[in-house]
Amino acid sequence: MSRVAVLAGGSSLERQVSLRSGARVEDALERLGHEVVAIDAGTDLVRRLRDERPDVAFVAMHGRDGEDGTVQELLEILGIPYTGSGVPACVRAMDKVLTKHLLMEAGVPTPSFFAFNQTAFRALGAADALPAIEERLEFPIVVKPSSQGSALGIKFARTAADVPSALVAAFSYDAKVLLERHVRGRDLAVSVLHGDGGPVALPVVEAVPVGGGEYDFQARYEIGRTEFVCPADLPDGATERAQELALRTYERLGCYGFARIDLMLDESGDLFVLEANPIPGLTETSLLPQAAEEAGVDFDELVGRILDSAFARATTQ
Amino acid sequence: MSPQPPKPPERSTRRDLERYAGLFSARTRVMTSSATRDLMAMSDRPEVISFAGGLPDTSSFPSEKFAAMTARIAEESCARALQYGPTEGLPETKRCIADVMAAEEMSVDLDDVIVTTGGQQVLDLVTKTLIDPGDTIVAEGPSYPGALNAFQAYQANVVQIDMDADGMRVDMLEETLDRLEGEGVRPKFVYTVPSFQNPGGVTMSLPRRRRLVEVARERELLVLEDNPYGLLRYEGDPAPTLYSLDGGVYVMYLGTFSKIFSPGLRLGWVVAPPPVLTRINLGKQQADLCTSTLSQLLVQAYFERHDWRSYVDTLTGIYRSRRDTMLAALAEHFPPQAEWTRPGGGLFIWATLPEFIDTGDLLARALRDDVAFVPGEGAFLDGRGRNSMRLNFSGASEDRIREGIRRIGEVVKEQVDLYGTLTGQAPAQPPRHDAVADAAAEGDAESARVVELPRRSDGSRRARRS
Repeated sequence: MSRVAVLAGGSSLERQVSLRSGARVEDALERLGHEVVAIDAGTDLVRRLRDERPDVAFVAMHGRDGEDGTVQELLEILGIPYTGSGVPACVRAMDKVLTKHLLMEAGVPTPSFFAFNQTAFRALGAADALPAIEERLEFPIVVKPSSQGSALGIKFARTAADVPSALVAAFSYDAKVLLERHVRGRDLAVSVLHGDGGPVALPVVEAVPVGGGEYDFQARYEIGRTEFVCPADLPDGATERAQELALRTYERLGCYGFARIDLMLDESGDLFVLEANPIPGLTETSLLPQAAEEAGVDFDELVGRILDSAFARATTQ
Repeated sequence: MSPQPPKPPERSTRRDLERYAGLFSARTRVMTSSATRDLMAMSDRPEVISFAGGLPDTSSFPSEKFAAMTARIAEESCARALQYGPTEGLPETKRCIADVMAAEEMSVDLDDVIVTTGGQQVLDLVTKTLIDPGDTIVAEGPSYPGALNAFQAYQANVVQIDMDADGMRVDMLEETLDRLEGEGVRPKFVYTVPSFQNPGGVTMSLPRRRRLVEVARERELLVLEDNPYGLLRYEGDPAPTLYSLDGGVYVMYLGTFSKIFSPGLRLGWVVAPPPVLTRINLGKQQADLCTSTLSQLLVQAYFERHDWRSYVDTLTGIYRSRRDTMLAALAEHFPPQAEWTRPGGGLFIWATLPEFIDTGDLLARALRDDVAFVPGEGAFLDGRGRNSMRLNFSGASEDRIREGIRRIGEVVKEQVDLYGTLTGQAPAQPPRHDAVADAAAEGDAESARVVELPRRSDGSRRARRS
C-alpha cells in the first residue's frame, strides 16, 4: 500500500470539476487501501509535497497548471512519480494548435484551421486576412482558444459578422486562438487506458443533445442537457476507426497512463480528431469512467490501474 | 459510548446515477449546472476582489450587541427559543415587521402577514401557490436570477418586460398583457422589484407605480412587490410602495430583514390578500412548519432594545460612499462605450458593454486579474444580457472597489481595442437613449450618463450561441 498525494483544485477555470474528480479519486484510493493525502494545489504545493513525502502523486487537475505540464515539471524536479502523461505530452496536448499540426504530420485527420495569437491582429494586421480565412474554411466556423480544456470560450461564427466578437471571446482565455472548419455530425469521445500490453482504446462514448435541436457546445457541460451513450451505436467500422485514430493520437502526442480523445463523425462517415485531453474528468458523469465501466473496469479498478502505470513508468526510468 | 457509526455508503457508480436519474422530477431538468457557474465559484478565492455577491456588510454590526441579545434570549426565553412556533410567525416578530413597513409609510394588518424563512421562501411559496406548469409570470428584464430560478422550478413560463431608468416599462407591460390575452394567456402574477432593482439598479417612477397598480386592478392581476432595498436609500425622496398605493388588494408584498439587519437569520415576510395568504400558509406548513423561533426572537430582542433605524442609517452611510466610489471608478476606468445605471439606493449597479463583448468570457479574463462580477446572462431567460454585468458595491471596501473597477476597466478596454483592430475601425459610440439615470441630480454631468438596459429589439437580441 502506498502513500498517495491526490492533487486537485488549483486556480484553473476548471477548478470545480477538478475538485470533484479529486474527491472521487480519493475515495477510490482509500477503498483500495492506500493512504491518501489530499492537496488543493496552491502556492504551498511544493512545500506540502516536500513535507508529506508521498510515494506517488495522483494528478486530478484539469486545465492550466495541472494539465499543461507545469505540475508535472514540478513533480519531476521533486522526484515524485505521478500519474498520467509526462511534461512533453501535456505541453503538446494542452496546445490545440500544436496538437493539430502534429496530427496532420502523422496523417491523422483533423478539421482544417488557422491559428493566430493576439500579436498577429494587434501588430501584423491579421484582420485583413480574415476574409480569405473565412472563404477557405466556409461558415459556420468554430472559434476557440488554443489552450482551454472545457467548452469555455468556444463560439460558433455563422457569418463573417460573428467572427470578430467570437475572436474577442476566445482571446479572453488564451493569447492564441484557432478558427476551425465546423464538422457537422456526431460528437464522439474515445478514452485510452494503459494496459499490460500497451495503451488500449475503450468503448466509444457519444454525446447526444437532449431533445435534439441545434448543437450547442455548452450543452455538453450542463447536466441534463446532454445524454451520453456508451457504447455509441455507430455505422460499420466507425467504432474501430475511431479507436484506431484515438490510439494514433495518443501515441503521436506521447501520452501515458490515460487520456481522452474527442472526435467528430461527419455525415459522410469521415472521422476527425478535434483534441486530446491528457487528464480528462473523473467525476460521476465524466466520459472516461463511463467508457471504462462499459469495458468492465469499474472506477476503483480504473484508479488502481492508473496508479500502477505511474509506478511502472517510474521503475522503467 | 455510542456505537460506531456505519461506514458511509460507497460513492455512486454510473449505474446508480442512472437509477436515480430515472427518479428525478421533470422540474429538476431546468436546474442545470453550467461551466459559467463553475467559473463563478472561482470568485470565492480570497485574493479575488469580488463584486459578484449581494452581501450586506454584516461586519458593521456591533458584536457586543449581538452577544447581549443572545444572552437575553437564553436567560428569558430559552425554552421558547428552542421550540416550534406558529406557522405564520410570532406576534412579536410581526410587530417588528409592522414597524419596518411603517418606516416606508405602509400600514398593515398583522393577520395579513406570514413570517418566512427569508424573502427567497416568499418567492417559492407564492409561486407554489399560484403556478401550475406552463402558467405565465410577467417579470422585469433583467430580473433577480434567484426569482427566475424559483419560477423555473415550478415550470412557469416567464415573460420579461424591458426596463429603462424609470423601471419597468408599464406601457410595454400593457402591450404584452394585450398580446397574451389575444393568445388566451392570463398571467398569474407580475413580479417586480420597484425600488433599486436587483440587478438593474433602477427605480420605478411614481407615475409608473400608479399605472401599474391601476393595470392590476383593471385586469384583476396579482402583483408581487419584492422590496428588500427600499430603506437603503442614498438620495432623493422615497417613492410610495405599490402595496401602499394599492392597499393590498392586488399587490402582494415581500419584505426581508436581510438587508437592514442580517441575511444569516433568514427572516422575511409576505403580505397578501387573505385567501391567498391561507394557501401560502398551507404551503409553508408543508415546506418547513414554521420559521426559526430563535431567529424571530433575535429580531424582537434587537428591535426592543436597539434603534434598528440608526443601524440602517449606518449601513446607508457606508453603502452610499461605496456606491459613489464605484460610480467614480467606473467613470474613470471604463471606456466610453460602456454604460451603467446610477442607483439611488440598494446594492447593485448594472453595467452594459458594447454588444461584441460577452461578459461570461470577460469574467474568465477578469478572473486572471483576480476580479469578479456577475455576467448579465442569468438575469434573462431569453439569451439577452450577454453584454451586461451586475456589480455589487456593498460588500467591498472603497480601496478594493477602486482597484477592482480599474482592473475590469482594463480588460474591457483591451477587448474594445481588440475588436476595433479586428474590424478595422474604432467601435462607434453607442446612441444615447432618452432614459435618464435614476434619481439623477440635475446638472450633474456624470448623472447625464444614460442607462442602457438590454432591449428585445432585433439589434440586441442575440441567438443563444455556444
